[in-house]
Amino acid sequence: MSAIEKRQNLDITTIRKQFPILNRKVNGYPLVYLDNAATSQKPQMVIDAIVDYYTNYNANIHRGVHSLSQEATDAYEQARKKLQQHFNAAKTHEIIFTSGTTHGINLVANGFTTLLKAGDEIIVSALEHHSNIVPWQMLCERTNARLLVIPMLPDGTLDIDAYDKLLSPKTKLVFVNHISNALGVINPIQSIIQKAHEFGAAVLIDGAQSCAHIKPDVQAIDADFYVASAHKMCGPTGVGILYGKEAWLRKLPPYQGGGEMIAEVTFEKTTYADLPHKFEAGTPNICGGIAFGVAVDYLNSLGFENIEAYETKLLHYVTDKLKSISGLKIYGDIAEKTAVISFNLEGIHPYDVGSILDKLGIAVRTGHHCAQPIMDYFKIPGTVRASFSFYNTMEEVDSLVSAVIKAKQMLA
Amino acid sequence: MQIKEIQEEIVDEFSMFDDWMQRYEYMISLGKSLPLIDPAYKTDDHLIKGCQSKVWVHAEMDSDLVKFTADSDAIITKGIIAILLRVFSNQKPKDILEADMDFIDQIGLKEHLSPTRANGLVSMIKQLKLYALAFETKRKQNT
Repeated sequence: MSAIEKRQNLDITTIRKQFPILNRKVNGYPLVYLDNAATSQKPQMVIDAIVDYYTNYNANIHRGVHSLSQEATDAYEQARKKLQQHFNAAKTHEIIFTSGTTHGINLVANGFTTLLKAGDEIIVSALEHHSNIVPWQMLCERTNARLLVIPMLPDGTLDIDAYDKLLSPKTKLVFVNHISNALGVINPIQSIIQKAHEFGAAVLIDGAQSCAHIKPDVQAIDADFYVASAHKMCGPTGVGILYGKEAWLRKLPPYQGGGEMIAEVTFEKTTYADLPHKFEAGTPNICGGIAFGVAVDYLNSLGFENIEAYETKLLHYVTDKLKSISGLKIYGDIAEKTAVISFNLEGIHPYDVGSILDKLGIAVRTGHHCAQPIMDYFKIPGTVRASFSFYNTMEEVDSLVSAVIKAKQMLA
Repeated sequence: MQIKEIQEEIVDEFSMFDDWMQRYEYMISLGKSLPLIDPAYKTDDHLIKGCQSKVWVHAEMDSDLVKFTADSDAIITKGIIAILLRVFSNQKPKDILEADMDFIDQIGLKEHLSPTRANGLVSMIKQLKLYALAFETKRKQNT
């Protein structure tokens, strides 16, 4: 029996009480928050951790001999340890704190500037978020490497046959998101990584959309780099991680210069600090890192198998319900996906649908979801995207469905 | 009619509605009845750039008045355009430039002024005023 068929045992009523924001009203209606792919809401324990840090032990880390600094350093490094365990990295120093996924991607892209030569090739997927395309275009401009794209099939999955043909000894890097942000499709990253490794290429996986739903095991999938953002995982904004295999992290030059990342500095020469500090210039988001650790503890206390099982139930329920609305088209409607549903009503602009849903207290995302190439492929201006979390309920799905029907009546 | 008078008239009309749903239904009907723009002007040159709905605007002078035509691929946006054109079309460039936009708040469409609604009211108003500014500058040069 696969994980998704296991009985879920989350107590959603109790869980919802842990998220204070879910009590609020929007435009006179109870908030139905279905924009979790953009950012998740925060449980009280994460909010408490932030308040506790600034109330009780705010200090700069890794330098002060005083007690507060020691406490803050311990808490920050303990968070790194938690993240190492969560992602199953082999070593703690393979976890680099970043400001988020985009920062992690840029750190790697910048590092490869010295490792690439003209004619080398970088492969990205057509399902990428803008932030995962631009840094590679910039890297190609700096190095004269070529950027190749794995095309998308009509069902929203990647064309793996085309990927096989793109791979060659010239391939140096492959960049794929674990889960597409616009469609929620889960990519077969394990086989993508394995095939890239046959040609000696490194692989970076963008975990921005996956980490709230599944627990990635970076060693099992054999990723060379993996990036994630705390704010999509019930943690605060402005903090994330880059996982990198030690060997790769040692090969990459530092990204930014500053305090924390140096061992010795003279005007003649600077020697860099060891991992992970080599990539962590300046005072980091200390509070954010600590709260990220708390958020991961929280998610693990619920259990990812339970989260996955419950969200799958939500996805099936919303998919069936929305499909019963005539003229509604779902994009990326395949089995291997997370609880994200991207759709349009025939002949109606997604912006109009989103405006009506907002008036009814329902938060969805409309637009191209920073994935313009996918929208161009489907020849649509955008979609309405409802993205679910474990704290959403079947009743909220019903509210969404009634609101979509209402929008259709008003706009048709 | 003066811009101020038209705005007051619109505020009066909207005051008859009890809730947002009636306001939106009215805007949608305004959007549907918006006169078509000449297809020749539905080009990228006439597009107000943004990331949500597309808006095309064309302006020309008819004696001393600016005549606007516009279109959008989203119906609520078209409704907003219809309201703006009713206020601004067939007015003197100087009057358009000097018009304040407080009535938007009074008719309960303030949320469309939010910067996250890229391509919403703010950029449309800016574009209409830019056209007026161009015409006004040209007029001053010619006198």
